[in-house]
Amino acid sequence: MGLDYENDGALHAKLIEDVLSQYPDKAAKRRKKHLSVAMSKDEATAEDKGLSECDVKSNIKSIPGVMTIRGCAYAGSKGVVWGPVKDMVHVSHGPVGCGQYSWSQRRNYYVGTTGIDTFVTMQFTSDFQEKDIVFGGDKKLEKIIDEIEDLFPLNGGISVQSECPIGLIGDDIEAVSRKKAKEHEKTIVPVRCEGFRGVSQSLGHHIANDAIRDWVFDKKDGKFESGPYDVNVVGDYNIGGDAWASRILLEEIGLRVVGNWSGDATLAEIERAPKAKLNLIHCYRSMNYICRHMEEKYGIAWMEYNFFGPSQIEASLRNIAKHFGPQIEEKTEKVIAKYRPLVDAVTAKYRPRLEGSTVMLYVGGLRPRHVITAYEDLGMVIVGTGYEFAHNDDYQRTGHYVKNGTLVYDDVTGYELEKFIEGIRPNLVGSGIKEKYPVQKMGIPFRQMHSWDYSGPYHGYDGFAIFARDMDLAINNPVWGLYRAPWKKIKDAPPTAVAAE
Amino acid sequence: MPQSAEKVLDHAPLFREPEYRQMLAEKKLNFECPHPDQIVTDQRELTKTWEYREKNLAREALVINPAKACQPLGAVFAAAGFERTMSFVHGSQGCVAYYRSHLSRHFKEPSSAVSSSMTEDAAVFGGLKNMVDGLANTYKLYDPKMIAVSTTCMAEVIGDDLRSFIENAKNEGSVPGDFDVPFAHTPAFVGSHVDGYDGMVKGVLEHFWKGSERSQLTGTINIIPGFDGFCVGNNRELKRLLDLMGVTYTFIQDASDQFDTPSDGEYRMYDGGTKIADVKGALNAEATLSLQRYNTRKTLEHCDEVGQATASFHYPLGVQATDEFLMKVSAISGKEIPETIRMERGRLVDAMADSQSWLHGKKYAIYGDPDFVYAMARFVMETGGEPTHCLATNGTSAWEAEMKELLASSPFGQDTQVWAGKDLWAMRSLLFTEPVDLLIGNSYGKYLERDTGTPLIRLTFPIFDRHHHHRFALMGYQGGLRVLTTILDKIFDKLDRESSETGVTDYSYDLTR
Repeated sequence: MGLDYENDGALHAKLIEDVLSQYPDKAAKRRKKHLSVAMSKDEATAEDKGLSECDVKSNIKSIPGVMTIRGCAYAGSKGVVWGPVKDMVHVSHGPVGCGQYSWSQRRNYYVGTTGIDTFVTMQFTSDFQEKDIVFGGDKKLEKIIDEIEDLFPLNGGISVQSECPIGLIGDDIEAVSRKKAKEHEKTIVPVRCEGFRGVSQSLGHHIANDAIRDWVFDKKDGKFESGPYDVNVVGDYNIGGDAWASRILLEEIGLRVVGNWSGDATLAEIERAPKAKLNLIHCYRSMNYICRHMEEKYGIAWMEYNFFGPSQIEASLRNIAKHFGPQIEEKTEKVIAKYRPLVDAVTAKYRPRLEGSTVMLYVGGLRPRHVITAYEDLGMVIVGTGYEFAHNDDYQRTGHYVKNGTLVYDDVTGYELEKFIEGIRPNLVGSGIKEKYPVQKMGIPFRQMHSWDYSGPYHGYDGFAIFARDMDLAINNPVWGLYRAPWKKIKDAPPTAVAAE
Repeated sequence: MPQSAEKVLDHAPLFREPEYRQMLAEKKLNFECPHPDQIVTDQRELTKTWEYREKNLAREALVINPAKACQPLGAVFAAAGFERTMSFVHGSQGCVAYYRSHLSRHFKEPSSAVSSSMTEDAAVFGGLKNMVDGLANTYKLYDPKMIAVSTTCMAEVIGDDLRSFIENAKNEGSVPGDFDVPFAHTPAFVGSHVDGYDGMVKGVLEHFWKGSERSQLTGTINIIPGFDGFCVGNNRELKRLLDLMGVTYTFIQDASDQFDTPSDGEYRMYDGGTKIADVKGALNAEATLSLQRYNTRKTLEHCDEVGQATASFHYPLGVQATDEFLMKVSAISGKEIPETIRMERGRLVDAMADSQSWLHGKKYAIYGDPDFVYAMARFVMETGGEPTHCLATNGTSAWEAEMKELLASSPFGQDTQVWAGKDLWAMRSLLFTEPVDLLIGNSYGKYLERDTGTPLIRLTFPIFDRHHHHRFALMGYQGGLRVLTTILDKIFDKLDRESSETGVTDYSYDLTR
């Protein structure tokens, strides 16, 4: 699977050394642990490193003042896990900003009547004022819940997404939620995802998972007839429709997706989850907690999969099918065969235009490893990758994907990323909105890999075609050849662009 | 199979293909436990009624789709308007990721700012250590000429004191003792981004003006633009006008270059902005003019205190507002308004006269920051339009009173309703119950456009879903021309769309309008 290549480890080691030399000593010492050059498993063992192939420290506090790209626990809970649950009203509880900046930015697609029975692209906030800080916001929260019930009676439930002040002023949102849930006979979920908790979005995911465990599971007895092929898709937020491009395949191989977490989900899909036979987890980082809980408490097995690019899709489909036996396996082979012509056509069209292009990634969640093979399916080469908020187990998993010599950066700073990109000059960078414009100014093609740059889906076979087309249009647009005024002296040869198709 | 390599379908057409439609319909039916369609339809119709409007407008606690952001965003924007200045926001780090994203999504430009990355331990012990380490790292890594410190609500709630923290950090050698670190406390639970802007600009002026002797340079003027998503176009246009007049002026806070750097292979973390020497020199100006009163209330007070004459405007665009601005500048500077500018004025008036029949009597709903809403309402009335609803989520009672005075001055403002402190979900009810022809606002208005069918004209921050509008001026006579054209395009496009069905409306689809 994938390509066979090796990256320039010596250059990458030098780049690490260079950036570290610019920090004050104390910060350099701390940052050093987050940067490394990947080596093959054999090498790692031979030198008795004992750990993974991407041996960096992770999930520790960002250093003040360095321009970390990370977000906060609120972003992890409201922005990632809870926000996409479409029939619930999610209240950004605290001052106006958090909800405002995250309003409609994650492209969690859904079908529903917005403002009536669906609320994903709306910004509900308690808009804290000074008096709420001084006297506490519990009374206000009670009133907010009443007003939601009055104006949006078709809501399926409410979640309270705590912003920083809530935990600092000692509000008891749990008591309010309990009281109001009883009064309105609705699910009301208090989430303690204040932004100062933890070191990144990651703790917010965990807290949000725990809130599902504590405030949703086993609360209602929904009638539901289980079937032998019931699965939950967990950790697919349906960005640009990803979950739909995945669901269509899972259904085609004969499975019944009884819940999708949490893109395009209703609360009912979350509540029903413990009745499924298997949890299929895409974004391991943000939802492994609840999968482990369901395994322990309800005995539901979970399985990681990867629907980026044909190599991983095929491997994942087969792996999933194996869990359900020959009947599903047979269907799976048919599905893979059905899509093979599409894959071949996409690859034939785009691979020649992308072959050998180098890519640097810096994203969150699962993508810094999951998308690697999709690029390699197009003949592209991953020279560097890193995560905003990964843990050690993510880097272990990354080791299986990256090649020898790949530059690995954890919680990279604005300074480091700029220097790494400058030093490597890849043909493409995949990262976020904050990174997009600095990179493009440097004349390097860029794709946002959180929002799919307003495109997508990238999951599944249908998504792969879009992914390939997008990488092509990014790299082969003629604008990159126009950067230099022709009367200025030429230093390097301009990148040659291929006309768009 | 809907997807193909020959013609790659994007998300919009892809999910309208029969395979996906069927899949989604079955998902809904079998797994979502939806409300029956009739109940959803009934509720949707209910939200269009006066009955719902009354409940909606009576809300006391819940805020839905507000048209405002929090203070530190304004502070970060303000800091971006000074030479080689890095914003340092003291508190939780996620906030800074949000401000940067928000500004980048609008300007389609880099936006730099750092955080002191406070976490639980800092919540308990205070963030002094974060400030000490943070300033040292920022200074070393990003080579700024100035670090502008503001706060997130976390630092405000636990009561961190910026003045003493910065002093401590300097004593510990984080930055040299004489390095410029102006600051502003910017609590997110007070006011909005326009107040954060105010606080940061005032912080910068206090920092550089404190202890200096003022020696007035007669006829010189400071201009403070205020929080303006169109600063790129506006500031350049105003400078052009001031240069034509030959006025000696200083822009205090000018992010027009910072948020419009060229693509030539070099990433400029810093570009343009008011030079530090010019900020210092600005103390001696005869007068300071604010282009947006509600963005500069405290700053102007400070300018008053140091002895400058002050005046403020409401986002001067259109004919009369530009007239007033230029006449004020002329009065202070002693420079006459040149003939070329009078010609520009005449051209705007000419354009308005050419198009007046399409604009007269049109009804508008306008929302945004207080000064912008004032400006647009005034311009709309100049064209014979009626601003039916004027809404500013961050509008105060003082703003409401000023608006009412403006509206009372024109026959076109007699039926206008002013909505201070209301949000865009309230606007939804207003548009259903008292409909208008056009809605003026920002990208968030697209949901109102979809729900109520009111065409949206994007003329204020943030504009995420259209590109490059902010590169063109709205202020001044030239800006007025741009606003006029934008409004007219919307009107004509709608007329064409409504008469474009072949075989049904071949009439009315006029070639000349």
